[in-house]
Amino acid sequence: MSVFLLKRFLTFVATLFGASVVVFLVLEILPGDPAQLMLGIDAQPDTLEALRKKLGLDRPALERYVGWIGGLMVGELGLSYTYSVPVSDLILERLQVTVPLALMAITISTTLALVLGVYAASRHNTVGDWGVMVFGQLGIAVPSFWFAILLVLLFAVTLGWFNAGGFPGWAGGTWPAIKALILPALSLALVQGAILARVTRSAVLEVLREDFVRTARAKGLSRRQTLWRHVVRNALIPVVTILGLQLSALLTGTIIIENVFFLPGLGRLVFQSISQRDLVVVKDVVVLFAALVVSINFVVDLLYVAIDPRLKAHDA
Amino acid sequence: MTTRRQLSFATSGSFAIGGTLALLVIVTALVSLFWTPQSPTEITVTQRLKPPSAEHWFGTDHFGRDVFSMIMVGAQNSIAVGVVAVGIGATLGIALGAFASARRGWSEEIVMRFTDFSFAFPAILSAIMITAILGPGAINSIIAIGIYNIPVFARVTRGSANAIWARDFVLAARAAGKGRFRITVEHVLPNIASVLIVQATIQFALAILAEAGLSYLGLGTQPPQPSWGRMLNEAQTFMFMAPRLAIFPGLAIAVAVLGLNLLGDGLRDVLDPKLARSR
Repeated sequence: MSVFLLKRFLTFVATLFGASVVVFLVLEILPGDPAQLMLGIDAQPDTLEALRKKLGLDRPALERYVGWIGGLMVGELGLSYTYSVPVSDLILERLQVTVPLALMAITISTTLALVLGVYAASRHNTVGDWGVMVFGQLGIAVPSFWFAILLVLLFAVTLGWFNAGGFPGWAGGTWPAIKALILPALSLALVQGAILARVTRSAVLEVLREDFVRTARAKGLSRRQTLWRHVVRNALIPVVTILGLQLSALLTGTIIIENVFFLPGLGRLVFQSISQRDLVVVKDVVVLFAALVVSINFVVDLLYVAIDPRLKAHDA
Repeated sequence: MTTRRQLSFATSGSFAIGGTLALLVIVTALVSLFWTPQSPTEITVTQRLKPPSAEHWFGTDHFGRDVFSMIMVGAQNSIAVGVVAVGIGATLGIALGAFASARRGWSEEIVMRFTDFSFAFPAILSAIMITAILGPGAINSIIAIGIYNIPVFARVTRGSANAIWARDFVLAARAAGKGRFRITVEHVLPNIASVLIVQATIQFALAILAEAGLSYLGLGTQPPQPSWGRMLNEAQTFMFMAPRLAIFPGLAIAVAVLGLNLLGDGLRDVLDPKLARSR
């Protein structure tokens, strides 16, 4: 067990390190002169020189990388060129939108998927099952940002129940803030929920064919008891796998959805920073996203083992 | 017996519907190369935001451009980006996966860790980084989506190839003195082709979705080249005046992706009946 964990942990650390090197190389070394890129070709030489100094570009690359990583570890991320505030403050402020959005989306999609997937599998080859399959296919095919626009058309433009976008902030009360996140969370959740519902259905169907299910029924358990006590529990492994992959997709999905709804989250921050050529913010936010994706994959790997100890024997 | 009949119905159903939808998109793209009802780029201010009519089947946008023609040309764009991005991902990914499977040991470990690492950069993150230094453009989407496809193909290839390497006919080929490279080309790849074709179809659908998302954000295809994602972005500004502008490009994306996904499902059942049972 410990060898397995150690191996996974080392891979995790190496991947984080590799990701940070790639981000640094792409955003700081490849452009040649980041200061020139940020200020444009018309910039005055003295302004350029001042920015180079401010960004520390006069120091050797390795020293800059080590300084950057050291700062990341203690939460000191440099100063945003556009906003003139510490990037860490910007990120913390934006996380107050992105984190609740992602949590709401994952809660909606998981609930939807488990209910629909188990329902479809327990009514295999009936109209209900086919309905869930059709929902699954459509959910996968519909881009989340288009679904978001359709939700806005229906609930904001036509019915007027929600605002078409924007975020009032948490200071004005919890409900208005949550209300502003409902449509964005739904748009993110539909696609993920559709994929997860299909996986849940297949996984439950697979387990339903196992001998122990027949045994459970034979010893007198009702259909419902067998389903929830034995089948769903055993069907969770593929579901958790896909759920883990989805968390990463959901995280990057927020970048698009926050822009559809003009939500001041992390995704919108990185997007605005590109337009403003604020490479300092882009670099920090991209590395944060990459680190989150890597961490989620690592946690999913650990979860597999927790759910199915047989896996570690294969992999150790 | 019943199961088999239902299965063949489902198989032929998704294969036929998926094939038809995918063909519709491909034919539209091909036709648009030499014919569209109107010019997709011509700006006619007097014709702006017109509803659908005999002249403009899907109406016009805020520049008076013909929406139907733009959607036709948008198909070209989606398919081109999808084909090139999946092509890059498949070529490099299959090569890496086949190499890992043929060599095993450290080579395999390195390739697998590389794929783990590549997953840290979903297409949108790569696109953001590339755009930050090079500016937006269709090439960005191709590179970003292509990069993300490499580990996907590498993993699928390695997984399927490992199963083939364990088979008796490969052992026989080795006994006959064939080298690893020759066995990979002559025995392993032909035997995993069906899995790879299905994967390519699915990745193609995902590439169309990703391209649309990047173009929606303004990181991908740039005007005046029409793209479905970009059209949705522009439609959002006129949502209160002309909501229909937000409907057609989205439908086009959904039809293309649904078609390719169903085709992938159908192909999997046709090419690998063993897998069909679990669906």
